[in-house]
Amino acid sequence: MEIIVAIAIGILAGSGIWLLLRPRTFQVIIGLSLLSYAVNLFIFAMGRLRIGAPPVLDPDVAVDVSQYVDPLPQALVLTAIVIGFAMTALFLVVLLASRGLTGSDHVDGREDDA
Amino acid sequence: MSASDHLIIAPIILPLLVGGLLLLLDGRNRSLLAFISLASTFALLGIAVGLVQAVNADPVAVVKVYRLGDWPAQFGIALVADRLSALMLLLTAILACAVLVFSLARWQKAGSYFHPLFQFLLMGLNGAFLTGDLFNLFVFFEVLLAASYGLALHGSGHARVRAGLHYIAMNLAASSVFLIGVSLIYGSAGTLNMVDLAQRIGGLGERERILLEVGAAILGIAFLVKAAIWPLGFWLPSTYAAASPPVAAVFAIMTKVGIYAVLRVGSVLTGGEAGDTVLFGAGWLVVGGVATVFFAMLGMLAAQGLSRLAGFCVLVSSGTLLLIIGMNQPGIIAPALYYLVSSTLAIAAFFLLIELIERGRTVADDILAVTLEAYGLEDEEEPGEQGDAGVAVPAILAVLGVAFIACALLLSGLPPLSGFVAKFAILAGAFAQNGITPETPMPRANWILLVTLLLSGFVTVVAMLRAGIRSFWASIERAVPHVRPIELAPVAILLYLCVVMTVRAEPTMSFMQDTADSLFGTRTQTGIMTPPPAALAAGAAGAVGEAP
Repeated sequence: MEIIVAIAIGILAGSGIWLLLRPRTFQVIIGLSLLSYAVNLFIFAMGRLRIGAPPVLDPDVAVDVSQYVDPLPQALVLTAIVIGFAMTALFLVVLLASRGLTGSDHVDGREDDA
Repeated sequence: MSASDHLIIAPIILPLLVGGLLLLLDGRNRSLLAFISLASTFALLGIAVGLVQAVNADPVAVVKVYRLGDWPAQFGIALVADRLSALMLLLTAILACAVLVFSLARWQKAGSYFHPLFQFLLMGLNGAFLTGDLFNLFVFFEVLLAASYGLALHGSGHARVRAGLHYIAMNLAASSVFLIGVSLIYGSAGTLNMVDLAQRIGGLGERERILLEVGAAILGIAFLVKAAIWPLGFWLPSTYAAASPPVAAVFAIMTKVGIYAVLRVGSVLTGGEAGDTVLFGAGWLVVGGVATVFFAMLGMLAAQGLSRLAGFCVLVSSGTLLLIIGMNQPGIIAPALYYLVSSTLAIAAFFLLIELIERGRTVADDILAVTLEAYGLEDEEEPGEQGDAGVAVPAILAVLGVAFIACALLLSGLPPLSGFVAKFAILAGAFAQNGITPETPMPRANWILLVTLLLSGFVTVVAMLRAGIRSFWASIERAVPHVRPIELAPVAILLYLCVVMTVRAEPTMSFMQDTADSLFGTRTQTGIMTPPPAALAAGAAGAVGEAP
């Protein structure tokens, strides 16, 4: 399971970085989104991968911490998702403003002459 | 808990509430918005002064901890105020007051939501300085960045949107890097609370230790993007030059947030019981710092517009600070903090001043962003237009000229102002290191520091002189800028504070020394550094009582 998650994170991050370096603003924003997915998965994986273990303590059962997964990365990843989502929305607005002002979707606001 | 204990959270709560309130109010009623915003910012100044007094009350290191909801620190959110945090809070509040007063004259009208964004920026800055754990540092970084994206675009226009686009993309990528670093640290050490982390770091196994160092290095890159180290800082000059002047002036503190984070997290992560007391990768900080300063020097000499010049001054300041932090010599941290305060005040004053100077030049409505290229063309024409030698200099130009000279002196580090005191103290500290006797040669890093500091000062003088001649002497026949007292006063106050720092250099420097000591004292408290003098160790022990 670890290897699959690792490969998935790698592919997401790799595609994200490649898109981030492209000249079109739309590619940049998709790249940033992919990168943030990769990062969110990575944070999640840092709490160690377990199947079938709940993160929240069950008050009816005697507490045995080894039966639970670490809840903190899950809380962190929620915060990171919310912040990442807001930032993407904000970037989208700036992207549209740039498109409107320059008439170009190039990140520099003008096409390369080459 | 008494009321004074709650003072720590006030710098975060107050701008949050006021910012929210300002969003709800009718944006057309500018004088009401301005009044509320102003009241909140000056209240922040009062709170910051109170906090500085509170942490400075004892001669020994005082660390005030505020646990939200009274959860034990490693589970809940903790705010920590020590001398360094209080100092940075005070600096932020001073800058914010000056900038806000300046912006009342005209810049607040250049776009909507200036005041709420400004309050949220202050909230993010204050939070980043006060937080006691790494994930909240991320959250507050995002708060201040989100507000700064809005402020960077304040006034709109082609140049701002283009520079803003680069700035936002760069910082969003840096935020991802930040998160990777934070989660690696959590994955290896199992905590994000800084004090807890410092305690656990010694007991880590070999594998976790490597993961932790990788995480810390990645985290460091995220901080260094904020501090605009070469080669991660190319976004800075164009963003700052394009931003509206009051915004650029308050952004002068933002690179210092990166520096603060490097210093703070560096002091937590340094060493360990493994006996390794050197910040790993410190050598890279030295290299990066020197490269930043040299890049900024080239940029200064090449800069066409004044605001671009000021942007490179920001880079010189942060490069110098990173170089000093990378050298990892406790003796020069206190002068470095003095330099940090002095250069931040000077750069902010310079950004505000530039707008007043250039006001006489721009023919078009100056709310529109005038591209730097336009300035470049204008500048090239000027040498041909010789003014009459006999024309009297208008009084306002004389005042602006004096302020410009003060900025030049401060930024280049020439006597008699605080820039000189700062650089002199840094060099004196570097030469007077314990253990360096006439027989043992100086470490190479100290020579690098000496050359970098002096050379950057020289280049700053050349660049400022050239810019000053172009702005004040070469174009006598230009229109005299119309400047209102409310715009001149903030510049004067910021420069006056630098003068105060010069005249009262001794008490200021001893406060900085206490600040540096308490930073190192935190290390002692967690058993990480080799013990400093006995008084400090006693202080650290006292602080343990208060800390969770």
